[in-house]
Amino acid sequence: MNTELIITIEGLKKHFPMGNSRFTALNGIDLIFGKGEFAGIIGPSGSGKTTLLNIIGTLDAPSEGKAVILGHSADNLSARESAALRKSQLGFIFQTYNLFQVYTVFENVEFPLLLQGIETSRRRQMVLDALDWVGLSDKIRSKPAQLSGGESQRVAIARAMVKRPAIVLADEPTANLDAENSHHILQTMEKLNRELNTTFIFATHDEKVIGYVRRKIFLLDGKVAKDELIERN
Amino acid sequence: MIAFKLALRNLLGAGLRTWLNVIVLSFSFIIIIWTKGILEGWDREAKQDMIKWEIASGQYWNRNFDPYDPLTLTESHSSIPDLLKNSLPDSEFVPVLITQGSIYPEGRMMSLIIKGIPPGQKLLDLPTAVLDNGSDEIQSIIGKAMAESSKLDEGDYVTLRWRDKNGTFDATEIRIAGVFDTNVPAVDVGQVWIPLEKLREMMLLPGEATIIVTGKDMSQYSVTDDWIFKDLDFLLSDIENIIKAKGSVGIIIWGIMLMMAMLAVFDTQVLSIFRRQKEIGTYVALGMTRGQVVKLFTIEGAMHSVLAAAVGAVYGIPLLTLQAIKGINIPLSSSDFGIAMAEKLYPVYSIGLIAGTILIVMLVTTLVSYWPSRKIARLNPTEALRGRIQ
Repeated sequence: MNTELIITIEGLKKHFPMGNSRFTALNGIDLIFGKGEFAGIIGPSGSGKTTLLNIIGTLDAPSEGKAVILGHSADNLSARESAALRKSQLGFIFQTYNLFQVYTVFENVEFPLLLQGIETSRRRQMVLDALDWVGLSDKIRSKPAQLSGGESQRVAIARAMVKRPAIVLADEPTANLDAENSHHILQTMEKLNRELNTTFIFATHDEKVIGYVRRKIFLLDGKVAKDELIERN
Repeated sequence: MIAFKLALRNLLGAGLRTWLNVIVLSFSFIIIIWTKGILEGWDREAKQDMIKWEIASGQYWNRNFDPYDPLTLTESHSSIPDLLKNSLPDSEFVPVLITQGSIYPEGRMMSLIIKGIPPGQKLLDLPTAVLDNGSDEIQSIIGKAMAESSKLDEGDYVTLRWRDKNGTFDATEIRIAGVFDTNVPAVDVGQVWIPLEKLREMMLLPGEATIIVTGKDMSQYSVTDDWIFKDLDFLLSDIENIIKAKGSVGIIIWGIMLMMAMLAVFDTQVLSIFRRQKEIGTYVALGMTRGQVVKLFTIEGAMHSVLAAAVGAVYGIPLLTLQAIKGINIPLSSSDFGIAMAEKLYPVYSIGLIAGTILIVMLVTTLVSYWPSRKIARLNPTEALRGRIQ
């Protein structure tokens, strides 16, 4: 593991109200992530994977405990501060791609850079670079509806990576893809991880993804059941 | 600026849905401007016609004259004041003597107002020259509405009865020397115009008049002897009040049109927020605050009005310009309305009217867009990302 810590989670609990009682999705999580990790949070449905990912992504706040993301405590961030952190340092990849259907591929990838106010010519070059990473340079004018599932997810990866974030959070990124496309996507992300030293954290129960990650964190009933490092070349 | 760029991109990307709203909204723009333009055109035309046919630059009224009370006519006459004779050339004032009378067209009696006017006057558009043809017959002119109601035509003769200043009835035959077409019922309906000197003889009122139409504003001599000067503001106040009343009907039409357009925008906004939950969640995940997303959706809704103004301009400018030049045929005559109204109406579209309408519609559209968009501020982004309806 790299020595530079970018995520520290201590005693993290997350409760959701459920009628008159509450449901505990995360029940005392302690984890640290270093820069450049390629880690998977693995577990069955309802184990708390997505909740943990949302807290790391500052989309949700802990009920108890501490989650420090890139030096920012997730429970103390204002809406504006957490948005600024997501805008500059965090990338998201979703199971259903979540591309903007009315935008072209270029415009989808350009979106995070527009939010950052990057000037036009630099923005264009960054978008073209990102599409080159994922092998979609020839699709810049296509609309998401004209793409296959694999291509759509590669656009989502380009959108997540275009701003060169410190952390990319991928929630079940291969769940809607066939085996061939899944491997292609995972190889792309692995390549980006190695070349740009971006930290990738997956929430998954897909064996194909598990086969690629270099760290497996098993969640069960909101707790870390196992945390193991895998040596890969 | 980014919000505007994204909003425009979203709107144009939405395709048909956007254009349907834009077209409905553009109809509202055009109809609002059109109805207001007609009222303004009517207002302007009615005033111009009244000035040309009835009022000129103002009128002196005899102190006892009340146009709404015919019983005052017997007492409403006096000599032309010296001040007027001294300060204005003869061509700049037209004395008119007014009395009650009746005619007997086709054997039936018809009450009317008899007005005496100098045949040589040029101040008003009334074709009074035909009143002086050199014969001993009394020549008269009537308006088209009067001709229709009395069934009289040019060249016809009719018996006219009146009472002189002493109350003695007398009668004579007059000839209809001309029928004029005017939009001003006040010089047409229920009246006959004869030469002033003839009427003075008939009434035994030499040198007297009931009103004096002037070619100049005489407000500085507002009261002289038995005469009170009525300026344009006063004389046009009735028509202004009527047009204002008609204007309130226009406001109701605007309101309905605006409401229809706003319903379309509101509906689109509500539907957008309902259908685009996942997109909203993605915006937040990519670094927008919920406030920024509310702003984006509000601008998106408001931009419908910007596009509608552009689309409306494409077909509205030629359409409204054509109408302003060619006019609109009005199927009803002025006598049906009782106020000055041309058979052809020329709408007037001022810059203020167009800019004001666009501004109001944009403002209302923005408010209507903001209202449902506030819901976004309460959305949970993690639920929104999954596309769960909240």
